[in-house]
Amino acid sequence: MSDTFSYDAIVIGGGHNGLTNAAYLAKAGKKVLVLEQRHLVGGAAITEELRPGFQFTTFSYALSLLRPEIIQELDLVRYGFMPLLMRSHFAPMENGDYFLLGPDTGLNRQEIARHSKADVDGMERFEHDTARVRQFLRPLFDSIPPNLFSDDPADAEKMAWLLKHLGTGDKKVIHDTVRLLTGSIADFCDDYLESDIIKATICSAACVGIKLGPMSPGSGMNWLYLSMGEHDGLGGAWSFHKGGNGGFTQVLARAATAYGAEIRLNSHVDHLITDKGEVKGVALQDGTEFRAPIVVSSLDPRRTFLEIADPRELPADLVETIQRFRFQGVSSKVNFALDGLPEYPALSGRTDQYLGFINMAPTVEYMERAYDAAKYGWYSERPYMDACIQSLMDPDMAPPGKHVMSCYVMYTPYELKDSTWQAERENMADRVQATIQSFFPNFNDLVLQREIVTPDIIEAKTGLSEGNIYAGEFFPHQMYFFRPAPGYSDYRTPIRGYYQCGSGTHPGGCVIGAPGRLASFEVLRDGR
Amino acid sequence: MMRTTPFHPRLAEFSQSQMWGNWSGYLSAVRYDLSSKYEYFGVRNAAGFFDTSPLHKYWIRGRDAELLCSFVFARDVRTLKPGRAQYTIWCDDAGFVMEDGVLFRFSADEFMLTAAEPNFGFLKKLSSRYDVEIVDATEDYASLALQGPRSRDILEVLTPDISGLRYFGFTETKIANTPVIISRTGFSGDLGYEVMMPAADALRVLDEILEAGHPHGIRPYGDEALGMTRIEAGLPLIGVEFNSSRYAWTAEDRFTPDELGLGWLLKGIEDDSRPFIGRDAILRERTDGSSRWRTVGITVAWSDFYELFDSRGHLAVPDEIPVAWESMLYGANDERIGYATSFMYSPVLQRHIGIARVKPMYAEPGTDIYLEQTVNHEYINVRATVTTLPFYNPERKTA
Ligand SMILES: Cc1cc2nc3c(=O)[nH]c(=O)nc-3n(C[C@H](O)[C@H](O)[C@H](O)COP(=O)(O)OP(=O)(O)OC[C@H]3O[C@@H](n4cnc5c(N)ncnc54)[C@H](O)[C@@H]3O)c2cc1C
Repeated sequence: MSDTFSYDAIVIGGGHNGLTNAAYLAKAGKKVLVLEQRHLVGGAAITEELRPGFQFTTFSYALSLLRPEIIQELDLVRYGFMPLLMRSHFAPMENGDYFLLGPDTGLNRQEIARHSKADVDGMERFEHDTARVRQFLRPLFDSIPPNLFSDDPADAEKMAWLLKHLGTGDKKVIHDTVRLLTGSIADFCDDYLESDIIKATICSAACVGIKLGPMSPGSGMNWLYLSMGEHDGLGGAWSFHKGGNGGFTQVLARAATAYGAEIRLNSHVDHLITDKGEVKGVALQDGTEFRAPIVVSSLDPRRTFLEIADPRELPADLVETIQRFRFQGVSSKVNFALDGLPEYPALSGRTDQYLGFINMAPTVEYMERAYDAAKYGWYSERPYMDACIQSLMDPDMAPPGKHVMSCYVMYTPYELKDSTWQAERENMADRVQATIQSFFPNFNDLVLQREIVTPDIIEAKTGLSEGNIYAGEFFPHQMYFFRPAPGYSDYRTPIRGYYQCGSGTHPGGCVIGAPGRLASFEVLRDGR
Repeated sequence: MMRTTPFHPRLAEFSQSQMWGNWSGYLSAVRYDLSSKYEYFGVRNAAGFFDTSPLHKYWIRGRDAELLCSFVFARDVRTLKPGRAQYTIWCDDAGFVMEDGVLFRFSADEFMLTAAEPNFGFLKKLSSRYDVEIVDATEDYASLALQGPRSRDILEVLTPDISGLRYFGFTETKIANTPVIISRTGFSGDLGYEVMMPAADALRVLDEILEAGHPHGIRPYGDEALGMTRIEAGLPLIGVEFNSSRYAWTAEDRFTPDELGLGWLLKGIEDDSRPFIGRDAILRERTDGSSRWRTVGITVAWSDFYELFDSRGHLAVPDEIPVAWESMLYGANDERIGYATSFMYSPVLQRHIGIARVKPMYAEPGTDIYLEQTVNHEYINVRATVTTLPFYNPERKTA
């Protein structure tokens, strides 16, 4: 084996978590190799020019949860980090009216009052209470969960801290936390708000990525998770990264490379090489082998434990837990190249409503019905969509005067009853387009091209099992201590030197970087 | 009645906030958008334009123009070639900075100075013994700064002459058939240009720029976004980092070029014999090592800022609008070591940054210092780190 094939650490997968992990390890002085199966890095955060001048955000499209520490510790601005903060949040309604929030709180009060006077202060109470919940949970979110099941004194110390933190919390804040973590977002909204469009706007943010409706218990937790972003120092603020989320992963790749990591593309890792319960390296599908005493997998738990590692080398209870770990992806994308901007009749001539999310989820019931289909293995008749026209904020995304519209679609279950995505793809996209057209009457005329990304395609291109965007469903029993399995929430595995750093580990999915960063600390702490 | 600049009719149409400040008696936008953050991103990501018309503009012309300039301004103009501009300062006899401005050289004997504060009387008085003419051209010209990564693309549509323009170069060309002066200068720390044009034709030129800029996402920006970009660029602002020493009441309100971090303007003064106002005092300061201050950048880690509030039961809410007051700085033993003159939350760095004056022994990058903040009605210090300036310095600025 020649020297060039031997490293201090190998990171499997060049998604944003793999790149983050590699950058931290390289910055700490390790000789790091990132192995990425595709011809480009980024995983679920890529931007592709599918038509000359038109940049498509194939999968993920917006940024919020990225931990601010990463921007600072990896000095990302030097490598081109440029988040463009969203300015508005727009929800068209079926009666032609709309709900539009902007950057001015005074004007927002007036917009809320247009729909319900009681909701003006109702919304302020909602925001205050949920901000307190976020503040209460943040220390848990940003630290490595204690191993409940170990007898290591360090874990006992962390447990003691956790119990103390829970014990000193404010009564109301703790109760609100539990209400959100265990209840439905629709119930939670009912406690504060009257207007259906305002509730629907909140509910839609709660259902992204999970196979739950707004009325399902558990949707509250997803809402909370997705609002944990401290982007720009503001709870729940979202941005478009310059050049799309692929622009962001290019920044990470530049940073990782600058710190000395080597990125090898077109390198599909087939399996781990181990010896007596200890990792020795990895082998690619083409047989090439790379040696390292540390291997970090950024793939989801199913691949990390059941495909890359040999399950026969793992404890049976762990294998069983991972086998029943739920993925059940329900997300699709239909991305458009547009000849101009959609026109919303009630805001004719205006475009400032498109400088952020365009939420097509006009009522809570609309969302719940969209979800119903998924329960029975089918896709929504009228889907819920979260669209955005990034080119309006970032001129690099489309030629002058033209636009790209990313359109995130729910619910489209991975497994269809008596059919396949191969057969249903165009039909699903037609429903998406027809629904958009029902809100924006000039839409069909603008479409130059569309890209359809269904759960099977997400799985095939990124490796995210069943197309689950978070690398594992957000259920309470798959979070925190239990992500991905009880006893393995600290990024280690039973194989010495083999670690996990993907979205299937704490705190979870999204373009957040926390798994990659926290895992690097554990790797470095072990000092291999 | 407040006056308005030649661009005002168009600017007023852009203004959603209708928030105007006062710049030398002219209405000057605080911001156009409902939040200045979006104007900031306009500059960093596409192109923004800022109305600089109230800037004072003086022609300095005549056989002795170079002689006068090389005596008045601390930075050597003798090497400044026609078609080039330079950022400069002028000092008093004690070596304290009076003001700063940008000096354009049109030919061997023709210069233009742009400055934030009025200086006509000052220049006129000094020029009496020289063969020069000082002309106040402030109202003859309207001017705007077009800044951001797309600024070149926009101007190239209107005039090919700017294509090869280097950083701090300028050219006389035409937009909309109107003679304009375009310089590759600005206050944003980004790729950017400034355009000067006859006041009477200002709207016509602006409309051409707007049309060319529309597909590139051009938008106006106001004073708040200007402040954000210039702090990230590490550029001092008169009225904030310093005031003219001429009007100072105390020694604490006067600063030397070295103390303001502007010593780099004085390259070569040790070796040449050019007389200029303040020269002897500045040289003495340098031999004696008597500078009282160094100008540095400071940053506060977001986690430290968050913790400062969180540990007292509060939620940290950052504000990207530069604070309008000085914040005190302390050393590890609670000793006073200086103060931040500018402080803000940077939307791109996603942490607080500031321009600060510290005693020289604390100026080493990486030094831990402590910044006073008000939390829960108490003064509490938060850890900050000394850094170099600028905070944001994309290659395209000078490339
Ligand atoms: C359609 C969609 C929309 C989304 N929208 C958003 C959004 O707007 N905002 C947000 O924050 N989050 C969003 N997400 C979620 C977010 O994108 C993901 O959670 C996150 O990008 C996952 O990052 P990761 O690094 O953990 O894994 P991935 O990005 O999945 O990276 C894994 C990498 O490993 C590579 N790989 C897989 N198998 C192998 C192998 N055997 N050998 C070598 N390499 C391999 C893959 O090619 C990939 O590059 C979205 C996800 C999807 C799918």
